[in-house]
Amino acid sequence: MVERTPILNILTHLILITGLVMLLVPLWIVFVASTHDFRTVNTVPMPLWPGNRMIENYTLAWNQGGFGPKMLNSFIVAVGVTAGKIAIAAISAYSIVYFKYRFRSLFFWLIFVTLMLPLEVRIVPTYAVAANVLRPYQELLDASGLGALLSTLMGIKVSLPEWSMLNSYTGLILPLIATATGTFLYRQFYLTVPDELAEAAKMDGAGPLRFFWDVLLPLSRTNMAALATIMFVYSWNQYLWPLLIITDIANYGTAVMQLQRIVPGPLFGEPPRWHIAMAGTLMVMTPPLLVVIFMQRWFVRGLVQTDK
Amino acid sequence: MAQIDIRNVSKSYGKTQVVHGVDIAIADGEFVVILGPSGCGKSTLLRMIAGLEEISGGTVSIGGEVVNDREPRERGCAMVFQNYALYPHMSVAENIGYGLKVAGVPKQARQARVEAVARTVGLDTFLDRKPGQLSGGQRQRVAMARAMIKEPKVFLFDEPLSNLDAKLRVQMRIEIRKLHQRLKATSVFVTHDQVEAMTLADRLVIMNKGVIEQIGAPKDVYDRPASVFVAGFIGAPGLNLLDATIGADGLTLSLADGQRLPVDPARHPALKPGPVTVGIRAEALTIRPAAAGPHAGLRASFDFTEELGVGQHIHAEISGQPLIIHVDGRHPYRPGSALLLDVPPQELQLFDQETGLRIQETDVLTCIDEAA
Repeated sequence: MVERTPILNILTHLILITGLVMLLVPLWIVFVASTHDFRTVNTVPMPLWPGNRMIENYTLAWNQGGFGPKMLNSFIVAVGVTAGKIAIAAISAYSIVYFKYRFRSLFFWLIFVTLMLPLEVRIVPTYAVAANVLRPYQELLDASGLGALLSTLMGIKVSLPEWSMLNSYTGLILPLIATATGTFLYRQFYLTVPDELAEAAKMDGAGPLRFFWDVLLPLSRTNMAALATIMFVYSWNQYLWPLLIITDIANYGTAVMQLQRIVPGPLFGEPPRWHIAMAGTLMVMTPPLLVVIFMQRWFVRGLVQTDK
Repeated sequence: MAQIDIRNVSKSYGKTQVVHGVDIAIADGEFVVILGPSGCGKSTLLRMIAGLEEISGGTVSIGGEVVNDREPRERGCAMVFQNYALYPHMSVAENIGYGLKVAGVPKQARQARVEAVARTVGLDTFLDRKPGQLSGGQRQRVAMARAMIKEPKVFLFDEPLSNLDAKLRVQMRIEIRKLHQRLKATSVFVTHDQVEAMTLADRLVIMNKGVIEQIGAPKDVYDRPASVFVAGFIGAPGLNLLDATIGADGLTLSLADGQRLPVDPARHPALKPGPVTVGIRAEALTIRPAAAGPHAGLRASFDFTEELGVGQHIHAEISGQPLIIHVDGRHPYRPGSALLLDVPPQELQLFDQETGLRIQETDVLTCIDEAA
């Protein structure tokens, strides 16, 4: 039921405007801070109107922070993670919805419960695996006694080669790719696709891969866009994981990691030069913001899923 | 050559069996309609022919080859689905041509065939549209074109008209009939609409609860339903069915309220006394004017009329059971008023009450035909 009364209209708008102001004021302060010089920013109270040092501050932040290559790194990682997540989600949900095999729902629920285990919770074991990808298998080999058996029988000590993902794009991207949210979103989408479509494709002679590629993927475009938006922002904003596995900051540092180093960090020296730090922050915020702005039409449609 | 041979085919899901050992032989070029209420297993049977359902028991052969273990695409069937099942993101042309694209037909040849098929179903001006921009009837045509373009040996229709409005349904029915006359492909059509079934079929297969009740030409099924189920299902309205008892002489039927009816001894010479179900077509009953002399027929009480345009259906009650009488013209009866009915003995059809099967009559008409 939609009610239209002037008083309610004014009230709802008041609430909306209050919320908007509460959201925007901090951003405004960040922006204002990034346009003043060192002295003005540190006066109390800080001015609430932009100053005239904007261009100098931003150029300085960009050059001294080295945000060019860092943003590129962030971009590579975000795109990689997003693409990987979509691919994995689409394929695993396809398997769960369209194929009948034993323990199918068990697998689905196993994927689903990983929602409760975000990266931060399992960061130590994940780091251990990233440092030596084959280590779990080595440990399985040793613990099961298979390794010992092999060494007594054949006199060979079986040790798997070490493969470290530290300080690499692979390490930044791969451990973040598995996604319960995405799989769930895709599963829900597949469930809305009528069975007859799959059957029509079968009658047309299309195999499972063909059906997936020609019918399901194009149909899931809005879904994909929604997922891409969320995941791009999520992976662009990754902080803890890159900080942990990247020691070669010069080559693999990401933009968000770099932010940590500018206030009051080693890049600009003490005391904190907030005006430049804020300029850097705003610049790092821009790409995910643009993605959201461009994708929002698709984003909403993909999540609401009404046009079917 | 694409005759379809269905032998002792059954289907079960776990422990529930939905199709129980069905046999149908469909000749090449024949149009067979499988008719039955929802849940009778007719769609399952069709999907087993198509290869969309696994066959639990028995064999299906198309063109003399057993196809039980073949993929749908290897069976040479095309199917029209109830909800059309068009690919929503593809244009009409892409929808029609998708099967050929999968089969690897080069683009130019594909385009030519798509255009040719689209022309035959009157879609040639809609090729660039998406299914969402088409009306129900047009979508149905796209689905037909998509089936036709593969030049299949067998057409399978899974209640393709049930989503259309009444007028369009009649129109599409005629188009399907015409199409079959032109292409002469073996067709199996599943429906729950008996009018659709009667008008389209060369032969009707009537299914109920996973078994076949009767197979035959529409007219034969209408004239001589093999069981109480078929009798009640075929025709609009279905056969009037009344519970009665055959007297000790085997020549009279008596209803629960004591009214009696003579049996035609030439058709039913040796009836066993006992309970029986009597069937009478609504068209076979006539209402006699109250003034006309002594009466040997039945007495019923009037309930209400249904206006048909070409006549009326008079709903009445006899011996506590409903009865429908078809009359030409208009009859102004009041609720509760008594109707005198003439029931020609040769129109009575008798069914065994226990088995529900027809009690076969000695066919007088055939005898006369043969004598002539």
